[in-house]
Amino acid sequence: MLGRMEGKYDVVVIGGGPAGMGAALGARDSGSERVLILDREPDPGGILLQCIHSGFGLHYFKEELTGPEYAERFLENVIDQEVDLLSNSYVSGISYDSSGSKGVHVMNEKYGLSTVETKSVVLSMGCRERTRGAIRIPGTRPSGIITAGLAQKFVNMKGVLPGKRVAILGSGDIGLIMARRLVLEGCEVVGVFEIMPYSNGLTRNVVQCLEDFEIPLHLSTTVAYIHGKDRVEKITVAPVDEKLKPDMNRAWDIPCDTLLLSIGLIPENELSQSLGIKLDLLTGGPQVNSTLETSMPGVFTCGNVLHVHDLVDFVTRESLLAGQFAGEWAQGVRRPNDNIRLLPGNNVHYCVPHSLSPEREHTIYMRCQKPMKPCRLHIGDLKQKKLRFVVPAEMIMVKVKPELLEKFRGDTLRIDILPAEEKTD
Amino acid sequence: MYDVAIIGGGVIGGSIARELSRFQLDTVLLEACAEVGFGTTKTNSGIIHPGHHSSPDTLKGQLVVRGNQLYDSLHQELNFGFRRIGEIVVAQSREDLPILEQLKKQGEEKGVPGLEMWDKARLQREEPNLSHTLLAALYAPSAGVINPYEFVFALLENAIANGVVLKVNSPVTKIEKREKILLLQTPGETLSARFVLNCAGVFSDKISQLVGLEDFTIHPRKGEEYMLDKRLKGLVRRLVFPVPKASTKGTLIIPTFDGTIMVGPTAEDTEDRYDASTTYEGSDRVFQFVNKICPSITERDTITEFAGLRAVSSTNDFIIGPTRVPGFINVAGIQSPGLTSAPAIAEYVRDILIEEGLLLEEKESFNPFVASPPRFAMLGLEKQRELIEKNSLFAKVACRCELVTEAEIHDAIDHGARTLDGIKFRSRAGMGRCQGGFCSIRCMDILAERLNQSFTDLSKRGSNSWIVTEMVNEQHPKMREG
Repeated sequence: MLGRMEGKYDVVVIGGGPAGMGAALGARDSGSERVLILDREPDPGGILLQCIHSGFGLHYFKEELTGPEYAERFLENVIDQEVDLLSNSYVSGISYDSSGSKGVHVMNEKYGLSTVETKSVVLSMGCRERTRGAIRIPGTRPSGIITAGLAQKFVNMKGVLPGKRVAILGSGDIGLIMARRLVLEGCEVVGVFEIMPYSNGLTRNVVQCLEDFEIPLHLSTTVAYIHGKDRVEKITVAPVDEKLKPDMNRAWDIPCDTLLLSIGLIPENELSQSLGIKLDLLTGGPQVNSTLETSMPGVFTCGNVLHVHDLVDFVTRESLLAGQFAGEWAQGVRRPNDNIRLLPGNNVHYCVPHSLSPEREHTIYMRCQKPMKPCRLHIGDLKQKKLRFVVPAEMIMVKVKPELLEKFRGDTLRIDILPAEEKTD
Repeated sequence: MYDVAIIGGGVIGGSIARELSRFQLDTVLLEACAEVGFGTTKTNSGIIHPGHHSSPDTLKGQLVVRGNQLYDSLHQELNFGFRRIGEIVVAQSREDLPILEQLKKQGEEKGVPGLEMWDKARLQREEPNLSHTLLAALYAPSAGVINPYEFVFALLENAIANGVVLKVNSPVTKIEKREKILLLQTPGETLSARFVLNCAGVFSDKISQLVGLEDFTIHPRKGEEYMLDKRLKGLVRRLVFPVPKASTKGTLIIPTFDGTIMVGPTAEDTEDRYDASTTYEGSDRVFQFVNKICPSITERDTITEFAGLRAVSSTNDFIIGPTRVPGFINVAGIQSPGLTSAPAIAEYVRDILIEEGLLLEEKESFNPFVASPPRFAMLGLEKQRELIEKNSLFAKVACRCELVTEAEIHDAIDHGARTLDGIKFRSRAGMGRCQGGFCSIRCMDILAERLNQSFTDLSKRGSNSWIVTEMVNEQHPKMREG
């Protein structure tokens, strides 16, 4: 599908998932001629390809699609728009010279080790799942402990089951989706165990994937020990105290042959780090200005590598924007620096982007630290928005109009989520 | 009939097999697991000790310095990952200072080269990321790190190339004494041998009981290790030891051969000979301790953890030598510094066999060399290009965290990998921060194709460690309704 690798590209997009495809289309929209997507997988589409359940596109297309269908729509556009696409390609690094021109180093079976010249870059490598090591679950190390995403790939792409009697640690969305998927395939799902006092997945997934199938969700409970020599034989689960320490006096054993982990996602920023791009410790993704540009000029980013999203629809919206700005950058457009820094305040875990400019309308994406209801979102003293409830699992979005920002005097705009009753000055 | 049957394919059995492959002998090695090196060896800290920690009054204390020296030539011949990075024993308090002096004296008497006492200023200059409260350190430049499983793979590959027969999935269940020979029974066959070398690690007392010997017991001592994210590479350049305690050398900071920092091990006696469990207590102990020595290391940096068993014997020393049963020789109780001593143990056992009447004639055809497995990620650009030119699968990345190419997965299978862990420990695919989340399926695709098996036939590490199972045909009532 690659036209010509030689010559210089306007925009090279790293990652061919929904974010990468959105960014490539955004770049074409901006008028950039030569756009290339580099994807490490055999087929573009990213994780969407293994998400055969429906529920994608409700916001963006106003209809309900499966993951592969959602990917297909973008892929068709990518082909229509004559975006170059190189699959099975691994980006080993990016170099740059003082003129701002960049070289993307690619490994690919057909082209060997090559360097693609480009004016701007979009990083859209997505995220990976946290593993057992990250939370150090005690016990033996048998087979049968895998991440929910890998289990999903086994079932949906390879037609095999990760096991017959399955426990799920963590209530992330992939874990919830897999609970339902495995029950539909005839497995027994013995329960979902979540260390926090609230679910880490979307409410709709808790209802549609667990409650509808009578799968128990145990909140404030964790897996305290894994048993089994060769294969998982049972797990010990225990309620946790306020410090999240398991109370072993109240622990109980559950026989099972499989433990799925759905304990969080980590933006894959090893490439960004190797470039010296500044990261936000709270999101795990790069710090970006309002054009979704990283601390390295001409390098933009979007999707789950920037911050983990709940819905692909929002990834698409963000990536079209990132692609648009990357395309403009390639064409020589340089915007004035943002002059308003965003500061996460009360009950705000993070906000993206990290700064704003009064010259355009912006959408600020954020997550809260803990559930709260009802509450009010305060954008400094420029704007307030009533929210019925907030939970960490559901991203909060707010639009800010330029008229509003023009009124702002100062350089730091603080964002707070406060209980609705509470009055602020 | 074999001249020698070795029971156990860990670093001891492997070292002896390779040593014996120099001679005109028929040697067989029987390994209970699906892969060699998957017992105590795999979970070893991978340290080649200078030798000053163990008393010269013990057999282990006598073999360790020689073992350390032999690693240079072995490394040149067998091409496993090995680097002498040096170690420091650090003093945390005034009471530790005389112990450092004592260790230095003991080391010098035993011929440990290059020992140096570092004062606080020197220590801070050499290892600036260690706690500034440390008072002094004893530096030993001859300490090294290796990947112990790679060492065993290389030893056995070379032994096999020189005529040794390897049988995996072959636990010895019965040994019968006949006149001048011993009959060994495994699930698949019965073998006979003149000499049997018991290198069965934590099971060596059980093997010895098969011939009616009860003179020692093994008391496994568990060690938990915690592997940290690669981004900490370079934080500490040398192995860091606290001053040693009676039962253990203490919790260490280990910059592994691959550059990843590992912390551990703990030392906990256990009854269960399969106990490879990690615990909350172990993790707390390791990180509380390490944090005092290197404050920037925290448990949040962990990418994986594991545990292994030391084969501690009832004599607390190596038990190597002939027994009341003619032809049955123990090579047991090999605890630390067993890995370091292994090459010297192999020589020692060779000499015992000669004394016991085995005639050793050198083989002219003996080839001591093993080619290094391709390590794409560690090569420079030019070398990488060369490899890709020869085989385009070197440009196809299988494991992105550790940059392992599909060519290397094939190479691992060519060199004996039959399980997913077999591939992992030979190629590093799956060892990185995503812990196989992304590459497992690619590796399984290749393994299934090469072995002409389906996914459901593949295992993590043999026996009952299956990875996936077949789809069931029964559908949920909800689906049927729909």
